[in-house]
Amino acid sequence: MNKDEQVLKQFTSKEYEHGWSVDLDVDQAPNGLNEDIIKLISKKKNEPSWLLKWRLDAFSIFKKMKSPNWANLKVNKIDFQKISYYSAPIQKSKLKSLKDADPELLKTFEKLGISLKEQERLSGVAVDAVIDSVSIGTTFKEQLSELGIIFCSFSEAVEEHPELIKKYLGMVVPKNDNYFAALNSAVFSDGSFCYIPKGVRCPMELSTYFRINAANTGQFERTLIIADDNSYVSYLEGCTAPMRDENQLHAAVVEIFAGENAEVKYSTIQNWYPGDKNGKGGIYNFVTKRGICYGDYSKISWTQVETGSAITWKYPSCILKGHHSKGEFYSVAVTNNYQQADTGTKMIHIGKNTKSKIISKGISAGFSQNSYRGQVRVMKRATESRNFSQCDSLLLGNNCGAHTFPYIDVENKSSIIEHEATTSKIGEDQMFYCLQRGIDEENAVALIVNGYAKEVFNQLPMEFSVEASKLLSLTLEGSVG
Amino acid sequence: MLEIKNLHVSVDNNKILKGLNLSVNKGEIHAIMGPNGSGKSTLAQVIAGRKEYKVNKGSIIYSNKKLLELSADERAKQGIFLAFQYPIEIPGISTTNFIKTAVNKIRVSKGKKPLDAVSFLKVMKEKMKIVKINQTLLSRSINEGFSGGEKKRNEIFQMAMLDPKLAILDETDSGLDIDALKIVAKGVNKLKSKNNATIIITHYQRLLNYIIPDYVHVLIDGKVVKSGDKNLAQELEKKGYDWIRA
Repeated sequence: MNKDEQVLKQFTSKEYEHGWSVDLDVDQAPNGLNEDIIKLISKKKNEPSWLLKWRLDAFSIFKKMKSPNWANLKVNKIDFQKISYYSAPIQKSKLKSLKDADPELLKTFEKLGISLKEQERLSGVAVDAVIDSVSIGTTFKEQLSELGIIFCSFSEAVEEHPELIKKYLGMVVPKNDNYFAALNSAVFSDGSFCYIPKGVRCPMELSTYFRINAANTGQFERTLIIADDNSYVSYLEGCTAPMRDENQLHAAVVEIFAGENAEVKYSTIQNWYPGDKNGKGGIYNFVTKRGICYGDYSKISWTQVETGSAITWKYPSCILKGHHSKGEFYSVAVTNNYQQADTGTKMIHIGKNTKSKIISKGISAGFSQNSYRGQVRVMKRATESRNFSQCDSLLLGNNCGAHTFPYIDVENKSSIIEHEATTSKIGEDQMFYCLQRGIDEENAVALIVNGYAKEVFNQLPMEFSVEASKLLSLTLEGSVG
Repeated sequence: MLEIKNLHVSVDNNKILKGLNLSVNKGEIHAIMGPNGSGKSTLAQVIAGRKEYKVNKGSIIYSNKKLLELSADERAKQGIFLAFQYPIEIPGISTTNFIKTAVNKIRVSKGKKPLDAVSFLKVMKEKMKIVKINQTLLSRSINEGFSGGEKKRNEIFQMAMLDPKLAILDETDSGLDIDALKIVAKGVNKLKSKNNATIIITHYQRLLNYIIPDYVHVLIDGKVVKSGDKNLAQELEKKGYDWIRA
């Protein structure tokens, strides 16, 4: 074994940092997927009858659909009957504020570096914390409500703002959109809800932290963000899960609505358990994320840093309906060991003068497979539209793969589409240059890879940019191309 | 400080160095001259520890250590610096960030505390003057889109920051106009002390008008075939290399 291989091996054996679990008393539904379970979930959440019907419709659609097989992924067959669709830590009573929350739960989040104590305002980030199937608390709620901003768990929104849920749920991702969206629509448990009223600029980052804790469960959260005309919000999402030998399913749906001249920035740092170095265990991450730039001059920007999950299947997309609206997608996807990622975006140009930008940076190491899949579609009436796509792949080692699947479909002549793609390895020259300056191999790789991903990291809010950069270095420490 | 004995080196099975001897002491400046393909750059890369160069025979002792047993980054930490003939671009990393990482890695290896941002900037401001390099350039991605002259000056700036014991300048003069050449030479002279040594690899005598070497060696076909003082360089300039070969 030469030195490169040794170093490569060393870093591939890096342990996952958030792999612990805690013993919480849980209220867990029996395994299995059927109408009774769906009714049970709906009942536990005190849902109105229209929503139950909506779920049951979704379930019957789901039953008729087949798991998509077009992605460049090898997926073990998922046995939907072996999963529990509802698991909630038992809390003594309904919480009035976070002070009343189970200290064990608060500790869980503190261990993850997320403090839910409201007095810690310095961080300036409002957090909704979701464990397994329920939200355990949302911070800064009162301050936000003074501005008319609603930021709460999805379940709470169903109870307190049913008119908004009824109007927007499924508007961007209809329940028959795809296999996993249909599943989510049938069994979704919790998630975050956020409404920014007209003309309001949300003064702080809103953030949801998802944690899978219980075994044999799946997490099926649903997030809905509505930015009314002339409003602005920046939203962040983070996630981790314990190390378990079996694959756990995470099938979420995120919907974003942006009114006229509204702007939504959505950032994700995805760090689900990726499985061990032999590819055992890990989260199956099948997520549908889509936003609609409904009003003229609106803007939706997705930034994602994907480092976790055994399998990632995810295409945060923008429907650019409003004239002059803008969609952006910035992505860093890192795969290592036996991880597989098939991720990218869809930009659907419907309005005139719409613009989209795609910057995708794939980094593959170990025996992993990393694919970019993106569609740019410019409709006939979307005249004078523009798209710029840049898809770069970086390979570390000789056993991994990088693939690019761009689909471009333009129906008018006045639009301009640009696509650039590169595949590279970390150059021996770059490595030697770093080494010659006294920077060791591990740090040299971290430095070069971070430089490579910088364009995307720059899109993240400051403190998360630092976190993302650390996470990237941790995942890839020591790899030599 | 540096003692090279009977060094044989090959790259991809091509023998490049064929029994090279060289001895460099503290406080000295050595110039290595020679025609294209004589092995000058190979020598520089081997001393710096590039893995692709295979040492078949011979030894290099540096500050009482067997240099060939050290990895490239360990050599850098021991005070060896190579100013690259073709400096490498690394997108997304500013020179400032790059050199700060390097400076602190080397400091930590010596048991010193890493410099914080403020003290680092202070040192940097000082060293910037030596090669007349500006802050804007240093906050750009390292070497990316730099002109030839800017790249070379950036190398000497890094040398100033790292304060090496043994600096090797690999054709630092090539591609420089006369003004840039003077700036670089001035920088090198300023950094010279009785505790460090410099090896200058060059094709032309031009640079040696500004940096006066103590020794000049002529490298032909992988061996040092003639050594002398600065006058040898002038003689070479007039006569070329053929008279030595013959």
